[in-house]
Amino acid sequence: MTDQDYNFAYLDEQTKRMIRRAILKGVAVPGYQVPFASREMPMPYGWGTGGVQVTAACLTPDDTLKVIDQGADDTTNAVSIRAFFRRTAGVATTESTTDATIIQTRHRIPETPLHDGQILVYQVPIPEPLRFLEPRETETRKMHELEDYGLMHVKLYEDIARHGTIATAYDYPVKVEGRYVMDPSPIPKFDNPKLNDSPALQLFGAGREQRIYAVPPYTKVVSLDFDDYPFTPTKADHDCDLCGSGDSYLDEVIMDDQGGRMFVCSDTDFCSSRRDVGHAGKLGAPVKGQP
Amino acid sequence: MMDAQKMSIFAKKKPDTPLLAVRGLTKHYGARIGCADVSFDLFPGEVLGIVGESGSGKSTLLSCLAGHLTPDAGEVIFDTRQGPRDTVTMAEPARRMLGRTDWAFVHQNPRDGLRMGVSAGGNVGERLMAIGARHYGDIREQAVDWLDRVEIAADRVDDRPSQFSGGMQQRLQIARNLVTGPRLVFMDEPTGGLDVSVQARLLDLLRGLVRQMGLSAIIVTHDLAVVRLLADRLMVMKSGHVVEQGLTDQVLDDPQHAYTQLLVSSVLQV
Repeated sequence: MTDQDYNFAYLDEQTKRMIRRAILKGVAVPGYQVPFASREMPMPYGWGTGGVQVTAACLTPDDTLKVIDQGADDTTNAVSIRAFFRRTAGVATTESTTDATIIQTRHRIPETPLHDGQILVYQVPIPEPLRFLEPRETETRKMHELEDYGLMHVKLYEDIARHGTIATAYDYPVKVEGRYVMDPSPIPKFDNPKLNDSPALQLFGAGREQRIYAVPPYTKVVSLDFDDYPFTPTKADHDCDLCGSGDSYLDEVIMDDQGGRMFVCSDTDFCSSRRDVGHAGKLGAPVKGQP
Repeated sequence: MMDAQKMSIFAKKKPDTPLLAVRGLTKHYGARIGCADVSFDLFPGEVLGIVGESGSGKSTLLSCLAGHLTPDAGEVIFDTRQGPRDTVTMAEPARRMLGRTDWAFVHQNPRDGLRMGVSAGGNVGERLMAIGARHYGDIREQAVDWLDRVEIAADRVDDRPSQFSGGMQQRLQIARNLVTGPRLVFMDEPTGGLDVSVQARLLDLLRGLVRQMGLSAIIVTHDLAVVRLLADRLMVMKSGHVVEQGLTDQVLDDPQHAYTQLLVSSVLQV
């Protein structure tokens, strides 16, 4: 099935070596942003060029790839990246979180717990957590170098002063292994606890910003907070209307112009596998096992 | 045993240990002199004024002292809590730590010293958070307390500095710097760009804080009235060199060097 006009997984071998070196360095220094020579990919910046390059460097012919976009397997971004690697690498693809060996994701961590040996690749738009507080790159590097992270808490202070609570709902800054403050890519803060002590290797690729960073398996990842305003993961206060799950992250879907709306799991694989085994929410019938 | 004895001698600070001892400080900009061979001692609780015309090297000197510029030669020995250390050869993290705890820097333009996009409370709290404060309620309480001490109403705590007047911005900058209880404050033209009545209030405030907290301060200015009011000692600079230094009243009332005489006689009498 591989398109023979391309090298395996699109990138040439030297480029993949270069990216692997950056990944190894990132794994050795958890949370540190490693610069790498990002290539132009056949997709626009902002569509996951960083994630695609990291995935390409990690893929082997035996891998099974899953791609999600905001948790969904069937949105444009996910479908086209999956098709891209099916064509250029000929690897097997899947929608099942458990069966996949490499999962490329945009803005979500799957609900199903990950297991040893899996790699989770994040697409990152802006890798620098201090960027909107300190515009100078030279200065932010210095701040990382010297662990000068007081500014990060100023942002959280401002949140509380203005909104009465830490209002940052996604892109919530974390500290990795007690050293580097890291931007976890725009995942909802609901997913932040899953970063901590994960059995899977987590890799982050930012194509436009040319940075790769990593969280090795079983690494301590702590969300920043105040003693009197502790970190709390949040989600919509509903159950999934299709599968009835009460503890998964939900998307709100507007149904009509009369105020009708439904809440569904953003993780489509999680939702459909629950419905397969007979769970049902308010508006959904189980897919199988029904007459 | 010997070491322990030595330590106890150092720990009991004699009043005649200078807080800051500067020896032969020199900074060149290429072939031009920024400041040359400046030496002085600053004792705890003392306020030193540095005056001179524009381009005389006083701001360069201040930046070198505060670690913003690296001098070409000389020593800046600060009496840290672990004993006297040369801040020029000190490691960058240690110097930044000093900059957040024992030192404070008040810029001429409050825009340089404040974060304009962050509320007044956040500005004051930044130094606290930088040294590890992690309790929102405590940070906010201290911020409100300090705003009160610099005569900013407590209900402005969530306003951004851009909504403040120039004088208020300058007072906010002072609060932000003094919140961690520094021992040495560097001030670069703290009253520049303010009108005279606001200047007078700011000077009043500064004088009160300096006396009350027992601060040492180095104030760079070209305004002789400011040093007359605030400074115990005065240093006059011209073309990068110190031409005269002594007690403020002595230097201003009986200037010895020709340039100081010119400077003193140039002040307009109202």
